[in-house]
Amino acid sequence: MTRKGRRLVMIAGAGLVLSLALGLVLFALRGNIVFFHTPAEIAEKNVQPGTRLRLGGLVKEGSVQRSGGRAIEFTVADAKGEIRVSYTGLLPDLFREGQGIVAEGVLEPGNRFKADTVLAKHDEKYMPRDLADALKKQGLFQHGKDAAPARPEGGKP
Amino acid sequence: MIVEIGHYALVLAFALALIQSTLPVWGSLANDRGLMSIAPSVAVAKFLLVAVSYAALTWAYLESDFSVSNVYENSHSLKPLVYKISGVWGNHEGSMLLWILILVLFSALVALFSRNMPQDLVASVLAVQAWISAAFILFVLLTSNPFERIPSPPAEGRDLNPILQDPGLAIHPPLLYIGYVGYSITFSFAAAALINGRLDALWARYMRPWSLLAWIFLTLGIAMGSYWAYYTLGWGGFWFWDPVENASLMPWLAGTALLHTASVMEKRDALKIWTVFLAIAAFSLSLLGTFLVRSGVLTSVHSFASDPQRGVFILAILVFFIGGSLALFAWRAQTLTQGGIFAPVSREGALVLNNLLLATACATVFVGTLYPLALEGLTGAKISVGPPFFNYTFVPLFVPIFLAMPLGQLLAWKRGDLLGAAQRLTLVAALGFVAALAFYGMQGGPALSAAMAGLAIFLIKGSFVEVAGRIFVKGASPRAMLSRAIGLPRTAWGTAIAHAGVGLCLLGLAATGWGVEKIVAMKPGDRASVGPYEVTLERVSPRAGPNFRETVGFMTVREGGRVVARLEPSRRDFTARTMVTSQAGILTLWLGQFQAVIAEDKDGGIDTRLYWKPLVTLIWLGAVVMALGGALAMTERRLRFGIARQSRRRNEQAADETEAKQGNAAPAGARVQS
Repeated sequence: MTRKGRRLVMIAGAGLVLSLALGLVLFALRGNIVFFHTPAEIAEKNVQPGTRLRLGGLVKEGSVQRSGGRAIEFTVADAKGEIRVSYTGLLPDLFREGQGIVAEGVLEPGNRFKADTVLAKHDEKYMPRDLADALKKQGLFQHGKDAAPARPEGGKP
Repeated sequence: MIVEIGHYALVLAFALALIQSTLPVWGSLANDRGLMSIAPSVAVAKFLLVAVSYAALTWAYLESDFSVSNVYENSHSLKPLVYKISGVWGNHEGSMLLWILILVLFSALVALFSRNMPQDLVASVLAVQAWISAAFILFVLLTSNPFERIPSPPAEGRDLNPILQDPGLAIHPPLLYIGYVGYSITFSFAAAALINGRLDALWARYMRPWSLLAWIFLTLGIAMGSYWAYYTLGWGGFWFWDPVENASLMPWLAGTALLHTASVMEKRDALKIWTVFLAIAAFSLSLLGTFLVRSGVLTSVHSFASDPQRGVFILAILVFFIGGSLALFAWRAQTLTQGGIFAPVSREGALVLNNLLLATACATVFVGTLYPLALEGLTGAKISVGPPFFNYTFVPLFVPIFLAMPLGQLLAWKRGDLLGAAQRLTLVAALGFVAALAFYGMQGGPALSAAMAGLAIFLIKGSFVEVAGRIFVKGASPRAMLSRAIGLPRTAWGTAIAHAGVGLCLLGLAATGWGVEKIVAMKPGDRASVGPYEVTLERVSPRAGPNFRETVGFMTVREGGRVVARLEPSRRDFTARTMVTSQAGILTLWLGQFQAVIAEDKDGGIDTRLYWKPLVTLIWLGAVVMALGGALAMTERRLRFGIARQSRRRNEQAADETEAKQGNAAPAGARVQS
């Protein structure tokens, strides 16, 4: 094979692999992207039931209801809206009323949400950034209070 | 006082970094030997100063000096000793200091092991290293000072994030950082080559051991991080395609490509510009990883309390080094002599294919990781790209890599015999096929798992076909074969073992399809069966630890009525942080693992997650085997750091002689040096 021919083979091969990869990426991006919304945004943007999404908000105080087995229902709220979430499975260690959570699942008719994953992780100060941003916009969350705990006075533990 | 000395030492190190970053490179351009010769001694002095600084911070942790803000925020007087030492890097400031310590350690190593390298190359490499260290020391001094004092010191600290209080903290960050920072050396070599305008096979020979060293540690660091997440999060997962994980995977992919292309450059003086590009890319991706993880762009357990100022500073460093090196590359790459061109079917061709696929895989991970960030920046829409994206893009690209790996090993340099290589693999391929059927017969379950397991067997066995062909020769006595095996270049063994490690890892991944998971509410006395095992919850009782209280579920695991082990999964309540973590009870049985995690205690009993994961340890053992292969390749005399030119020539002669001896008997593909 000539020098030119060899180079051509290389370039053609590279082009083939790259276009294959591009095709895969576009295909995967089309089907596997999940949007993040808060309860208010779901109402605002008129998200259709059956859509898969990530829901973020605070677990409303006094809303957690456990029925038989590991089925659990709770309300996720932000300043302007709330939505009832049902979930079956083990909740993360840090799941608490009043705590910020992110749930992934499918929106159902009647302002209900069926979650298959519930995230509340890392540490007691942790707030998923998407959620923190959304709450900040609504004035429910002050960065200073949660992110940088005030230093105690000298001598006090 | 000691803390102030540490701070002062860091400032001095910054001053030295400025000297090291300017004078030697001036010397190399002006051909002034005096100026060039200061680089090594300055590099060593800089390392000593940073070491003093790091030791001072460690001392503050050991003494629980809560007048230091960093210690107060992240330590506690009752914290176990191991976490007082490793807790130094369990926070933003300290971890950046560790980053710098490793960076200057590498500079010092280059300075010490480079006596045989051309002086101008040493000077330029060390100068580029000094630019990086100057930037990061400045970052620490200005935005993340670990030595800051509190005017009125509190009596007790706030303790370390409980999730980090794990032996993994002592191992995972240093390994990963050595890997990340190790690529700064190959980056510096690339920048030096561009500055000096000299790029030859010898350059590749000097650079290769460093790329191998960084790769070994990055491999181990990623594997250790994965194992840590696996046993600590109690979700039974080991890789979540989390952006933080992807941030470490991208440099690994680029680094693996670099490792392979460097051998082409060293042997055949080809693919030069691509090698330089990969060296730049590997470190750029390491920097990107540091930026993503440390700037607060992503929130995870890795991003400690974030501060927008820091993010901007790291971004500036990122733009300067990536932009600068790419600009230098665009400007100077044309002036470098082009390498040779070669036949598509050859060892070089196979390595090009490997590079192409690895680089493409790296690009898909890059897209999946950064697309959500870019989209949010542009349109404000928040999306998450989950595991399915990576399963559809990354996995299809890796299957051809797995198939081609043993084949590539059997192709000769210059011109290979594809048909011959394929013939030598037929037996192994048949074995893999039979293995896939056998796995399917035994385990049932997802066909994909069985197919992947078969591919893994093909890969593991196929990795050794090349060395086997060089050892087993018709008519040779066992003794002669043994001496042949010992006489083979270490790189040949290293390649075989590292490739087999990839196969082991794949087998472990394939086997996840056969895992069993069960969630049950258990009361003391209850039994549950998972896979081949039966678990009894004997009792649940509290226990006190040094800085936590825990509720322990005492379990007995039986197999066919025989007691195999007792497990004690627990939930720990860390008093200083009012935070609860789960501690999984893990039992390693041969290559599989049995895992038990307990959750909240309710009226219905204690919620328990039970997993049986066959062959799961292979995922991490495979990575360890890969690293071992890399380490073995590093012991190759030819590849040792900065070996003298004369001995290199002698070595090559000897190698050529052995080649000539085996040449007649060994099959065509086996004749090549790997």
